[in-house]
Amino acid sequence: MPKREGLNSVLVIGSGPIVIGQGCEFDYSGTQACRVLREEGIRVSLVNSNPATIMTDPEFADATYVEPITTEILEKVIAAERPDAILPTLGGQTALNAAVDLHEAGILATYGVELIGADIDAIKAGEDRRRFKEIVTGIGGEVPRSTICHSLVDCEAAVADLGFPVVVRPSFTLGGTGSGIAYDDADLRRIAGSGLDASPVTEVLLEESILGWKEYELELMRDRNDNVVVVCSIENVDPMGVHTGDSVTVAPAMTLTDREYQRMRDLAIAVLRAVGVDTGGCNIQFAVHPRTGRLVVIELNPRVSRSSALASKATGFPIAKIAARLAIGYTLDEIRNDITGLTPASFEPALDYVVVKVPRFAFEKFPGADQVLTTHMKSVGEAMAIGRSFPEALQKALRSLEQPAGPLSWARAPGDRATLTARCAVPHDGRISTLHQALRAGATVAELATASGIDPWFIEQINGIEHFAKRIAQARFSLPQADLAAAKSIGFSDAQLGQLTGLSAEQVTTWRVERGIRPVYHMVDTCAAEFAATTPYLYSSYDEGNEVPASDRPKVIILGSGPNRIGQGIEFDYACVHACFAAAQAGFETVMVNCNPETVSTDYDTSDRLYFEPLTLEDVLEVIAAEQAAGQVVGVIVSLGGQTPLGLARSLAAAGVPILGTSPEAIHLAEDRSEFSAVLAAAGLLAPRHGTAMSVEDAAAIATEIGYPVLVRPSYVLGGRGMEIVYDEPTLHSYMRRATQASPEHPVLIDRFLDDAIELDVDALFDGHELYLGGVMEHIEEAGIHSGDSACALPPITLGREYIEEVRACTEAIARGVGVRGLLNVQYALAAGVLYVLEANPRASRTVPFVSKATAVPLAKAATRIMLGASIAELRAEGMLVSSGDGGTLPFDAPIAVKEAVLPFNRFADKSGAGVDTLLGPEMRSTGEVMGIDELFGTAYAKSQAAAYGALPVKGRAFVSVASKDKRSMIFPVKRLADLGFEIWATRGTYEVLRRNGVHATIVRKHSDGRGPAGEPTIVERVLAGQVDLVINTPFGWPGEPGPRRDGYEIRTAAVRRGLPCVTTMAGLAAVVQGIEAIMRNEVGVRSLQQHAARLRGDGAQQGTAS
Amino acid sequence: MTTTDPDELRQRVLRSPSMIGADLASVVSTPEAYVVPPPAGTPVRYRVAAVDLGIKTATPLAMARLGCEVHVLPATSTAGQILGADPDGVFFSNGPGDPAACGYAVTAMRDVLAARVPVFGICLGSQVLGRALGLDTYKLRFGHRGVNQPVQDQRTAKVHITSHNHGFAVAMPAAGAGHAFETDFGPAQVTHVNLNDGVVEGLALADRPAFAVQYHPEAAPGPHDARGLFGEFCALMAQRQGRGA
Repeated sequence: MPKREGLNSVLVIGSGPIVIGQGCEFDYSGTQACRVLREEGIRVSLVNSNPATIMTDPEFADATYVEPITTEILEKVIAAERPDAILPTLGGQTALNAAVDLHEAGILATYGVELIGADIDAIKAGEDRRRFKEIVTGIGGEVPRSTICHSLVDCEAAVADLGFPVVVRPSFTLGGTGSGIAYDDADLRRIAGSGLDASPVTEVLLEESILGWKEYELELMRDRNDNVVVVCSIENVDPMGVHTGDSVTVAPAMTLTDREYQRMRDLAIAVLRAVGVDTGGCNIQFAVHPRTGRLVVIELNPRVSRSSALASKATGFPIAKIAARLAIGYTLDEIRNDITGLTPASFEPALDYVVVKVPRFAFEKFPGADQVLTTHMKSVGEAMAIGRSFPEALQKALRSLEQPAGPLSWARAPGDRATLTARCAVPHDGRISTLHQALRAGATVAELATASGIDPWFIEQINGIEHFAKRIAQARFSLPQADLAAAKSIGFSDAQLGQLTGLSAEQVTTWRVERGIRPVYHMVDTCAAEFAATTPYLYSSYDEGNEVPASDRPKVIILGSGPNRIGQGIEFDYACVHACFAAAQAGFETVMVNCNPETVSTDYDTSDRLYFEPLTLEDVLEVIAAEQAAGQVVGVIVSLGGQTPLGLARSLAAAGVPILGTSPEAIHLAEDRSEFSAVLAAAGLLAPRHGTAMSVEDAAAIATEIGYPVLVRPSYVLGGRGMEIVYDEPTLHSYMRRATQASPEHPVLIDRFLDDAIELDVDALFDGHELYLGGVMEHIEEAGIHSGDSACALPPITLGREYIEEVRACTEAIARGVGVRGLLNVQYALAAGVLYVLEANPRASRTVPFVSKATAVPLAKAATRIMLGASIAELRAEGMLVSSGDGGTLPFDAPIAVKEAVLPFNRFADKSGAGVDTLLGPEMRSTGEVMGIDELFGTAYAKSQAAAYGALPVKGRAFVSVASKDKRSMIFPVKRLADLGFEIWATRGTYEVLRRNGVHATIVRKHSDGRGPAGEPTIVERVLAGQVDLVINTPFGWPGEPGPRRDGYEIRTAAVRRGLPCVTTMAGLAAVVQGIEAIMRNEVGVRSLQQHAARLRGDGAQQGTAS
Repeated sequence: MTTTDPDELRQRVLRSPSMIGADLASVVSTPEAYVVPPPAGTPVRYRVAAVDLGIKTATPLAMARLGCEVHVLPATSTAGQILGADPDGVFFSNGPGDPAACGYAVTAMRDVLAARVPVFGICLGSQVLGRALGLDTYKLRFGHRGVNQPVQDQRTAKVHITSHNHGFAVAMPAAGAGHAFETDFGPAQVTHVNLNDGVVEGLALADRPAFAVQYHPEAAPGPHDARGLFGEFCALMAQRQGRGA
C-alpha cells in the first residue's frame, strides 16, 4: 500500500554535536531521511544544533533550524511548523530522548503530533532494562542474569548474588556512558555511582559478567506488515567487555556456525517483534559463550545507530533511507533496492567480500586518561575497509587509520614473548598489532586466544599473514611473481613489502607495476552479483575482474578526510560533499575516495562513483590510474579533506597527477614556517616573534630572546598535537624532552605567545584576482586556546570596521603571496591594537560549514568552482556568492552566530577514576561543535550553551574564584549576576574583592584547605553535592605549580561531573551573563536558516540544489 | 584425472548431461519404504505418506515433531500404494531433475487429489502439483540458489525470507499470481511469488486441501520464516479428521 494519507509535514530531529559515541553516522542517516521524505512530496523541517552537518544545509529541508535540541526549543519549532509527525529515529539517542521528553511533557498531544518510525512503548521496552529482560525471557530467549538498582545500597546487595566481576549498565544513556565493569567494591562504588548520575532515571542494571564471550550484532528492519529482514551480521573481534564502538569488527560474522547464526536470527526477529519496533531499523547485540555456545541477548537499540551506518556501508543496503520510507507507510516489498533497480528492499544482502572496521583513538590528547578499553566507549572515529579475504580487508583497514602504529609492522625485532602475550590480555588500542608482534616473538595461536579471548580463527588469520611475511623476508628481491601477487592479495602494502625486502616503498611499487600486478575494482552490490548493479560503489582487490565503468564525461576526483579524529572530522566531510554537489552541477562526473563509514561522503548517492579505499598514496594512485584508464580525469581535489589529502599533494603532483586549486608548491609556502615567514615579510605583515629549534639549548636561547611566555610546537600537524604554552625555562626543558619524541625529524617551533590578545579566524576565497571574505570569527575565549576548542562569534562582536578592513587587506596579501586558488583560512591575534598572523592554512578549515550556514553562502561549493576555473565575479553573477560585498561587510542587522565546542572530558578518567582536567589549551581536544544563531549575541550565546551543555541557569548559586589578574574585570559581570538574583559564593581572595566593590558573597572553603573545624565542606564537595549551579574559575598560576592550580583542576572536574557550566575566562563570563539575561528576558525564539538567508540575502540567493 | 586447462574444463562442463528431461528422482529415492515416528513423548496425531523424490532428512523430522507418523515411500509409488496405508495426508518431496520427466509422480498426484486427501508439496513436489494442475514447467537460466530469497504471499502481502535451490520452475498461468485459474480439480491460484524475478513459488487449490511451495520451509539450519507451513499441513489433516475419514 502506498504511503499513508495525511502526512504532509514531518519534523526530523538530528543528533546534535559530534561526541564520542554519537558521531557523523547520524548526519548520514538524517540526510538520507530528509532526501527520501522530500522525494515523497512531504514538507520537511529539521532541528539540529550541529552546523557542521550536511543535513543542516538549507537545501535538504524546507525549514532548517540550527537550534539546541531541548524540549523548550522543540516546542517552539513545533508551534511554528505544526508538523503532522516527528521522525526521531535517525538522530541517535539524542533524538530519541528528545521525543520521549516531548511526549512526557504532553507537547505531542497538545499539538496533535504523531511519532513515526518509533513508538514510545517500543523505545521504553528496548531501553528499560527490566522490561527488556521480561520480554526476552518471555519469548524463550536468555539474557545475562541481572538486577536493577537505584542506589549504591541496591548495588551492593545485587553483587552478593551475582558475584564479581559485574557489568554496570545505566538506563537511557548513549555510547555506554556511565557503564563499566566492576571487579571489586571500590570499582563498584565508583562506576555504579557515576552510572546512577548519568542515567536520567537514576537507574543501573548490574549484570553477570559475560566478559570474554563472543560478541555479535545484527541489524534488522521491520515494516508495518510485520515483514522482517536481517540486513547485516557483524562480529566483534574484541570479545565482550569492549564497547562495540571500540572493537575491531568484521562483516559478515566469521566464526559462527550456520546453525548458530540461524538461531541468532530467529531470536533477533522474535525479540524485535516482541519489543514492538513497528517500522524501521534496529540493532540487537548478542553474546555467545565460546565453549558452550549459550546464546544471550545483550541489548536492543530501536533506532538507526552507528552500527547501521556501518552495516549500510558494508552491504550497500541504505538502512536510513529505507527506515524513513517505512516510517511513512511503505512496506519493504514496495521499496526498490536502488542498487539493482529491479529487486525489492525485502531481502537480505549477500556479501561476496569481507568488511573490517577498526576504531581510531585520541589518547595522546588526554594524558593521564586510562587507556584500557572497556564498555564505556572512548574512540573518536573509525575506518572501514573492504577486501576479498579477511587478511586483505584487515590490512587495508589498518592502513586506513593513518596512524604510524596502525598497520602491522616488521620494522623492528619483536619484543619479549611473555610480555607481549600478557599485554594481549588487556584490551587496548592496537591490540591486533600486539597479537602480531606476539606471534613474531613465538607465541602460539592457542596461547594468544586464551590470553585475549579473541577467537583463534582471527589470530590464525594474522598468523597466516606472518607466515607469508617470513617467506617474503627470506626471498626478498627474488620473490617469484606469483608470490608477489599473492602477497598483495593478502593486503600487504608496498611500504610493508619494502620493510620485508629491504627496498623502499617506491621501489616495490615500480617492481610490482612493471609486472602488471595492479588491483582491480569490484562493486558492492548487495547481492553478490546475482543481479546487475547500477550504483557504482567500488573497492579494490588483488583479484580478477575489473568493474570500473567507462565514462565519457570529464571527471573530478575528490579525496576525503579519512577516519574522524580530534581536529579533523565531519567539517571536512562537509566540504568534500559540497565539492561533489558543485562539480556535478557544473557538469563534471564526480568520484569520491574515502574510508570513513560514518559519513555522507561515503553514501553512494553523494557522488557518481565511490571508492571505499584507504587514503594512502599507493591506494589513491591506483584509483586515479583506474579512473584515467576509463575516461578523462580533469583533476584531483586535495584541499577539502583536511590534512589527509593535503599531505599527499606533493607526491601526487610528482607522480603526474593534475591537482585542482592551490598548487602543492603554494601549499608548501603556507605550511613551511620559514617559507611562510618570507611571504609575510614580503607583504609587510607581522607574525609573533619566533624561532626554530633543533635542540634543547637552541630552544632555551630562542625563548629567552623572544621572551616568555612562548608557544612551543612541532610543525606540519593538525589539531595542535604536542603544543604547549611555556612560562619559564624549567618547563621548557621538560617539554623539549617530550616534544622531540613527538616528531623527531621535525624541528620544534617557538613563538611568542600573546596573552590578552583577541583571536580571529578568517575563511576566505581567492581566485587569483579577487578576495572574497567568507567570514571573520572573533574568539570568545582568549588567545592560547586552540581555535577548534574556542567559542567564537560571527560577525565579530567587539571589533570595529577598521580592523575588519585590515584583516581583509592582510588576508588578500597572504592569498596572493602564497598563490591560493580556492579556500584559505588564516588565524590572527589582535594584541594591543596590532594585528599578528598566527597561521595560514591553504585549504578548507573546520569552520567552513559554520561560516557557510551563518552567512547563507556555500563556501565549499564556491571553492570547488574556483578550483574548476570559475572566477569570483562569475559566482557573484550566478548568485552563489553575494552580488556585492562579502562576509566582511555583513549588514548591521545580520544575525549573530555563535559556535561552541563540545569536549569529551566526561569520557575519560584516570586509573583511579578521577576525571581528567577540563582546562583548554593550545592542543585541540573537542570532538564536535554546536551553533546558536539569533539576532542578539546574548541569545545566540545562550543557545550555543544550551546546545552544548544544557541551558544556562537563570537562578541559583554561582561560585566564583579567579586568578589575581582577573579580579578587576570580574567585578561587573559578577555584580550583574548578583543583581539578577544569583547567590554568590566565592573563595576568600575573590570574596574580599567582591565585598569591597559592593557585591555580597559568601565565603566557601578552598579544596586545598580541606574541611573546616565544624565540618564545613569544601567547594569541591559542595559542587559534587549539587549545591552550585554555575562555576566561574580562572586558572591560577602556571602549569606545574602546586596548590592553587590543583584546586582549580579539582573544582573544574567536579563541575564536569555534575554537568555544570564552567567558565574559565573573563570573556566567557561576559558572554554567560549576556546569555542568562537573554533567557530571563524570554528573548529566545527560533528561526530557520531559510528565514535567516531570506533576510540576509533577500531574493536571488542561490543555495544550490541538493543532489 | 585433474586439469587446470580452462578449455579442457569448459569441454567437460559442456559434455555433462543436461538436466532437461532427466529423471533423477527415481535414482535417488529410497528403494524401500520406512517410517519416521514422532519423537519420544509426542503422541501420534496424523499419518503422513511421504513420496520420496529426493527427500531431505529435515522434512519428515519437521513433520514428526508435530505428531506425524511419516511413512516414506519410493518415488515411483502409485496412488494405490500411497493411499493404501490410509494416510491423513500425502506429502510430495523435493528432489533433483526435471519435473517433466516425473510423469509417474504426476499421475500419482492426480489420483491422490481426486481422492481429496490433503496434499503438501515442497520444491520438486510443488512442480509435480503444478503439472498435475495442467501447468507447464521450465528450466530457469541460473536457478534460485540461496537463503535470502524474498517470497511474497499474494493473499496477505507478507514476505518471508526463504531458502531455495531449484533449477526448474512452474510456469505462471495466464491469470497471473493471486488470481484463480481453472483446473481439473477446481479453481487454483499461484499463492507465492519470488519478488526478485516474479517466478512462481507457491500453489494452492481453492476447494481441495492441497498446497505446495517451491522453496524450503524445512531449511536447516535456516531461515525459518516459513516453518509454519508444516503447521498448516497439519491443520488440513486435522480438519479432515474432524469431518470423519
